[in-house]
Amino acid sequence: MAAYEKVSLARHKDRAGTTDYIGKIFTHFVELHGDRRFCDDKAVTGGIALLFDIPVTVVGIERGKDLSERVKKNFGCAHPEGYRKAIRLFKQAEKFGRPVICFVDTPGAYPGIGAEERGQGQAIAESITEMLSLKVPTVSIITGEGGSGGALALAAADEVWMLENAIYSVISPEGCASILWKDATKAKEAAECLKLTAQDLYSFGVVDRVFSEDKDFDALCEEIKGALLEAVREKAALPKEELLDRRYQKFRRIGREFL
Amino acid sequence: MVLKDLFKKPQNKLEGETTEIKIPDELCCKCPSCGQMVLLCDLKENLQVCPYCSHHFPLGARERTGVACDEGSFEELFAGLRSKNPLSFPGYEEKLAAAIKKSGEDEAVICGKGRIGGMDAALFAMDGNFMMGSMGIVVGEKITMLFEYAAEKGLPVVSFCVSGGARMQEGIFSLMQMAKTSAAVRKHGEGGGFYISVLTNPTTGGVTASFAMEGDIIISEPGALIGFAGPRVIEQTIRQKLPDGFQRAEFLLEKGFLDDIVDRRKMADYLGRLLFLHKR
Repeated sequence: MAAYEKVSLARHKDRAGTTDYIGKIFTHFVELHGDRRFCDDKAVTGGIALLFDIPVTVVGIERGKDLSERVKKNFGCAHPEGYRKAIRLFKQAEKFGRPVICFVDTPGAYPGIGAEERGQGQAIAESITEMLSLKVPTVSIITGEGGSGGALALAAADEVWMLENAIYSVISPEGCASILWKDATKAKEAAECLKLTAQDLYSFGVVDRVFSEDKDFDALCEEIKGALLEAVREKAALPKEELLDRRYQKFRRIGREFL
Repeated sequence: MVLKDLFKKPQNKLEGETTEIKIPDELCCKCPSCGQMVLLCDLKENLQVCPYCSHHFPLGARERTGVACDEGSFEELFAGLRSKNPLSFPGYEEKLAAAIKKSGEDEAVICGKGRIGGMDAALFAMDGNFMMGSMGIVVGEKITMLFEYAAEKGLPVVSFCVSGGARMQEGIFSLMQMAKTSAAVRKHGEGGGFYISVLTNPTTGGVTASFAMEGDIIISEPGALIGFAGPRVIEQTIRQKLPDGFQRAEFLLEKGFLDDIVDRRKMADYLGRLLFLHKR
């Protein structure tokens, strides 16, 4: 399949979002709102739930289903408050020893006046650093589009997984084409060049696992649920120092073969 | 109105008077901020700051370390690393070759150790002449190695950022540098390491969203553009013109994202003082 077909699939309007996954994979979900500083950014959904019998913190960025939901969620483009809500929930998870599970589907962090005014870059940097320092297991799953720093803010995890038709990239193919060739219509070529498919990223070691989408949604969620249990158990058994050291080494290693 | 304007000679000229001295173009340049013609030798003497309006001209990485460090104290580390083309991105190798030629550097950052105001420090300076100071694997690796080196030696780190953000041609690998460098900053800080981040014009994208904003102290040169999204992207998204001064250092200071704005001519003193206050 051509890279741009994957881009279209990843962005498809009917693609499942964080809320769908939370509903199928976890039970007893309690949603928590707000960053305690400015507002509640609805592009980021977060809360506490049970994974089998383990309490976990779940945070996800999502676009929303219909137009009114999409407007509310700003089409999955978080403001700094979204990342600050995530940071608050990460810290809370650490305090209570809960593993953190993130779902990522975002075109990127919102490029707007308010977002810049309130420190979009600083918020993303802090979220990345916070994730890297959490003394609890962390897993991030890119379910749709993993758009640049706005996605990485929730994906600096022990394990980063992707769905077969998800994409993850430093820049959107349209953005890349308009910068490089001054022509956003060359997005198809840019998508090929960027190597942004789950299969590419798995081969680079950026992504640890890819879930095939050749099954129905219930079966896919069952598979993710089982994998999450296994990963969370394995990581929770590690001494904290080792957990953090492995996470450090994981990001330290990526791309080393090109030095 | 500044004081010196009071003493400006009137521009009235007698007809036919031709006393104006013509300075050859290659010896001077026009300040983009105040429009005055500035002699390049004066500019150099003044650390590339306009003597009329204090506009800060860009400074290459090599000049930067020279300005920041006590004379002759800078020793470069991890030199010679050059980028490959991990994605076989079309045209990237040519761009790299052109950047090496233009900047005279192997990559968009130089790292080293030196003394600033008599205090030992590890430091790195990015180079805007090298593909707009963008961050790929090598830039991320050198910065990471420097934080690791500083942690091991118990040194503070001073950074001078100038960057358009992640290097698109290295795709996901450039994004991963944000995580890698952030992890190294965190590790250095965890051991009590002190880190001053100096932002210069422009600092944007993935660099803003990682080590540039992770300093214990974050300062900027006057007038520097600092942001996550670039102004053009924001204008295209919201379809309106941005207000004057938006995303400039003065704006960030007001919004609470900078500790201070420091003139380049006072920078070395300022850094030396802070390093002294964090002496271990």
